[in-house]
Amino acid sequence: MAIECLVLGAGQEVGKSCVVATIGGKRVMFDCGMHMGYHDRRHYPDFARALAAWGVPDFTSALACVVITHFHLDHIGALPYFTEVCGYHGPIYMTYPTKALAPFMLEDYRKVTMDQRGEAEQYSYEDILRCMKKVIPLDLKQTVQVDKDLVIRAYYAGHVLGAAMIYAKVGDAAMVYTGDYNMTPDRHLGAAQIDRLKLDLLITESTYAKTIRDSKHAREREFLKAVHKCVSGGGKVLIPTFALGRAQELCMLLDDYWERMNLKIPIYFSAGLTIQANMYYKMLIGWTSQKIKDSHAVHNPFDFKHVCHFERSFINNPGPCVLFATPGMISGGFSLEAFKKWAPSNKNLITLPGYCVAGTVGHKLMSGKPTRIDLDKDTHIDVRCQIHQLAFSPHTDSKGIMDLTEFLSPKHVILVHGEKPQMAFLKERIESELGIPCFYPANNESVSIPTTDNLKMSTTERFITSCAAEQGKQSLRKRNLIHGTGTSEVNGCDEAAVEGVILMEKHKAPKILCEDELAQVLGMERHLVQFEALGSSGIEEAVELEFKRAEAADLGSDGK
Amino acid sequence: MKLTCLSTTGGGGSYHSPASHLLELEGLRFLLDCPIDLTALADFSPVPLTGDAGGLIRAVPRYLSPAAAAAAKVGGIDAVLVSSATGVLGLPFLARLPGFAHTKIYVTEVAARTGKLMMGELVEMHREFVRYYGPDTGELPRWMEGEKLNELLSMLEKAVTVDKGDDLTSLMPLYSPGNIEECMQKIQPVKYGEEVCFNGIFTLKASSSGLELGNSVWTIKGPRASITYLPSSVFVSAHALDFDYSSLKENDVILFSDLSSLNDMDVDNDKLDEHAMDETEHSLCRRSVLRDDGADVDEKIAFLCNNDDIKEEIERISYICSCIIDAIKSGGSVLIPIGRLGVILLLLELISEMLHSSSIKVPIFMVSETAEEIIAFTNALPEWLCKSRQEKLFSGEALFDHVDLLKEGKLFLFPHLHSKDLIAAWKEPCIVLCPHWSLRLGPAVHLLRRWHADKRCLLVLEQGSDAELCLKPFMPLAIQVLECSFLSGLRTEKIDTLLGVLKPKFVMLPEGLKSRCSVKGRPWSFLYYSKGKTIELPNLQEDFEVHLGTDVAHRLQPRKLNETTAVARLRAKLHVSSGQYQLAAAEKQSDQSKRHLLHWDAVDPDRLLPALQEKGMVCSFAADDDSSGERSVLITSPGEALVKITSDRTVIYCDDERTSGHIFDALSRVCNGI
Repeated sequence: MAIECLVLGAGQEVGKSCVVATIGGKRVMFDCGMHMGYHDRRHYPDFARALAAWGVPDFTSALACVVITHFHLDHIGALPYFTEVCGYHGPIYMTYPTKALAPFMLEDYRKVTMDQRGEAEQYSYEDILRCMKKVIPLDLKQTVQVDKDLVIRAYYAGHVLGAAMIYAKVGDAAMVYTGDYNMTPDRHLGAAQIDRLKLDLLITESTYAKTIRDSKHAREREFLKAVHKCVSGGGKVLIPTFALGRAQELCMLLDDYWERMNLKIPIYFSAGLTIQANMYYKMLIGWTSQKIKDSHAVHNPFDFKHVCHFERSFINNPGPCVLFATPGMISGGFSLEAFKKWAPSNKNLITLPGYCVAGTVGHKLMSGKPTRIDLDKDTHIDVRCQIHQLAFSPHTDSKGIMDLTEFLSPKHVILVHGEKPQMAFLKERIESELGIPCFYPANNESVSIPTTDNLKMSTTERFITSCAAEQGKQSLRKRNLIHGTGTSEVNGCDEAAVEGVILMEKHKAPKILCEDELAQVLGMERHLVQFEALGSSGIEEAVELEFKRAEAADLGSDGK
Repeated sequence: MKLTCLSTTGGGGSYHSPASHLLELEGLRFLLDCPIDLTALADFSPVPLTGDAGGLIRAVPRYLSPAAAAAAKVGGIDAVLVSSATGVLGLPFLARLPGFAHTKIYVTEVAARTGKLMMGELVEMHREFVRYYGPDTGELPRWMEGEKLNELLSMLEKAVTVDKGDDLTSLMPLYSPGNIEECMQKIQPVKYGEEVCFNGIFTLKASSSGLELGNSVWTIKGPRASITYLPSSVFVSAHALDFDYSSLKENDVILFSDLSSLNDMDVDNDKLDEHAMDETEHSLCRRSVLRDDGADVDEKIAFLCNNDDIKEEIERISYICSCIIDAIKSGGSVLIPIGRLGVILLLLELISEMLHSSSIKVPIFMVSETAEEIIAFTNALPEWLCKSRQEKLFSGEALFDHVDLLKEGKLFLFPHLHSKDLIAAWKEPCIVLCPHWSLRLGPAVHLLRRWHADKRCLLVLEQGSDAELCLKPFMPLAIQVLECSFLSGLRTEKIDTLLGVLKPKFVMLPEGLKSRCSVKGRPWSFLYYSKGKTIELPNLQEDFEVHLGTDVAHRLQPRKLNETTAVARLRAKLHVSSGQYQLAAAEKQSDQSKRHLLHWDAVDPDRLLPALQEKGMVCSFAADDDSSGERSVLITSPGEALVKITSDRTVIYCDDERTSGHIFDALSRVCNGI
């Protein structure tokens, strides 16, 4: 058997994550994302081309299921298109939070792009709702039997609320697709967590294939310092952000800081949307970090104490405040409106996310230190405010990727969701340091991975118990050894080899037996073969005599 | 496979006190559920003492030691599978036993959490006795000597649920918070559908049973059999995730442990008799019954999952609500000491709805140590709820209405009656939900004392415990008492259909249900268990299944014995993980693998000689001794050796290892062996 892995998106790039793995004949699509940097047909994975290659009439018969790892658009953005326009009607799986929160992300983005670019509508709001209705929610660690052969399971990935790594197995062939993950806990999410699985293939993201990050703590402090300085000088802070994920993390950070520093300056959320998102977060507390889970009955950290009621006219009010406004990257909407109002004052502060798509105001602010932004030929904004770039990322760094790969020790690794030169570097490390073959196919390329197969056989209780007894003895001896020397680590195999006999009879399944059981089953008489020292034969003299006679005979024959 | 039923039900009905079993599989001992038996509690007078306690014992109560404790003392326990929060409550009694030191406890996250809260609350409420009487020193209290004990004995017998065989001297003091903590540390919380591996060879999986948040049915997959542990289940629930019966399909054995129908047996029996008399009335019965044995699977499932049960349940709760409204209208307060989470949550929703529609404004109080936490976490576990409530998550609504009730100031939560804010908020008439259903512990005792003489007030009691005994210390009563029963498990008439869908080979059924489940023409066989007895089921299959790596298989060197049979020697390493035996290649493939180690049938000495000569050895037959049937071959070069051959044995006498090796190889060629 083999696992055939076709990369439809996020091959040697970041954006439109989509991988189809064929495991023992079952096709599973992992993620179905869009590319925010393109507005032509490169916006979505090339589904039609894949379908043609598979030689099946439609997607529903081609795929066993689609699994979405988290609600970010580069992982889910193409899903309504795939189901409602391409016509995939098979099962779709995602975690509970992803199912709950994805419609917000999809609709928010759909509105922004429609308003902004007047693009032809790819899918409608109704399409999003219809699509989400078909989704089967997953809980972590729950083993789901997709069909007779295919089993999937989700593991906690950190990254954003509800992000999951997906384990898929058909027969003996097994793999994990990580989606995006974070190996260190952040303010509201835990670190990725997975069992030590036996894997033929690991497909991992590699956004930070080469970067090793310093402590998050320092970067948080920097952010808080900048905000505090601004508001204590009577300035306004604009935090453009998407409704979910970063908004909650930053707000927790600020709410906590406000509490500690006893600040009274109001914090606002621009859209009702984000307030509602907080309500989801409260219901999904089980998916946050352990610390929050343990304490939420006493204090739910998503009940933000310092967040005040907001109306759009407040942006004209005097005095300091902090405002969270959508969308991130200041590509339009209310964040742009507030930006226009506040950017001209040098007392104010704008924070920018780590990554902004080209063409957005955010991108322009990031490149160099512009003093003037031209929105269109009639609108110019003087930028005198401070700009603070956020340096947190919910992705694992290269150490995290190496740690996870080493922990899982798969037989093969495929890298996706990264930039080509960094991927090449990481591939080198994985192959040389961990000795695991590693690939990083480009979009629309596929890689075939051989898998190990097993034969199923029956065996007798005697065989199993004798193995267990033998290995039990071995491990006991080893334990003594460890206790004896105290420090030396015992390398090599845990179990000693065991012996048995396979009996193969025509028209019967082969069976493994103990030696003496075989004799019994076949009804044969055992013939013992023993070794003895010549001296112990007890017939020494007789033998001596025989040898002498033989010698004499030899001599005699020689003589002849 | 051996099953010992440790206890059936210990008062309070099958919800509060599920059955407990000991299951022995492949040499390991599994304890299935360990509830606390609160039967004895009824014989103690609640504190503070007022007036005549009706002959109840005035002392710190003691509790019946769970039957599992005895089992743990005798043979130890390897693992505990718990199906509900109530199934955890007895475990701290076992915490200090040596046979329990290395035990792992498997229970769903939610049941573990609710169980922990319930245990903590029980200890806290019990402390009220300690404060009143002083600590239970652990010595035998005076009431347990002689006369008093006999009185207790007779009283307990009146309480019907205690068998005569129970040793009453095994009454013990309640566990401590420390014991609870020790227990919690042994717990491995699981999610529904999560497969956990125990001891390498067992895969354990919990699926929802539908009865209550976090309640589960267990599948135990061993190397030679799969077993379903099926406690009380409800097909369609108004709050918890529905019974996930499809994950139980085709397990070999079902341990049917839903004893709920045994409890309302009397009621049902009457009905059955009626039906027997008048067949036509059967069809008039509101509860539908699938009578056609030839029904196909879809029909069966439709029958199992129809909404009848839950509709009835909602109707029942609505009826309770209407009684509550009546009491409120007459100016009385309502006391609801019900201990079922699901019922409480539904009651809250329905009462508030009814209060709203009749435009009555009375406060609802929840007075319990755990109220705040329970209310908070029930709104944060969408994965454990029924589909219709999950939809609320996806459309952004709160999972339960109590979230809004709290916000709107219609519902108040207080840990104790003496909480300082309670006095300020207190207003009568009011509706109070509080523990404990035994009416011996918690705020219920104090509130019942306050209201027992007011005929406008209402007490809503759960059926299952002896109401007369329960109410004894509060006599004389003027308060209205509404006794109600709730959906606690499968209806008897659904059992057969369910088994038909699950297709087991064997069903272990409580003796009490023997007459109610037809054996005729069913593809499964029944084994009947009863309390304190052990039944044994022989292995369903003698052999084990192993997985053999193809790399190992390719290296095999089969030897053909005859036209139909071949054998091969196997040298491999056995790994056990996730319930699978795997034979993997041994790292060192020594040359010895080519050597035969097992020989059979006679060796023909006349063929041995040429075989030896072929190897370049100089040899000859020694002087024969035909009479003994023994022949000897003498080797002189390259080394000296003697080979003695009899019909069942060949002995090679040789001092030189290389020579003996060559002889052995030559022998292998003329002899059957591998």
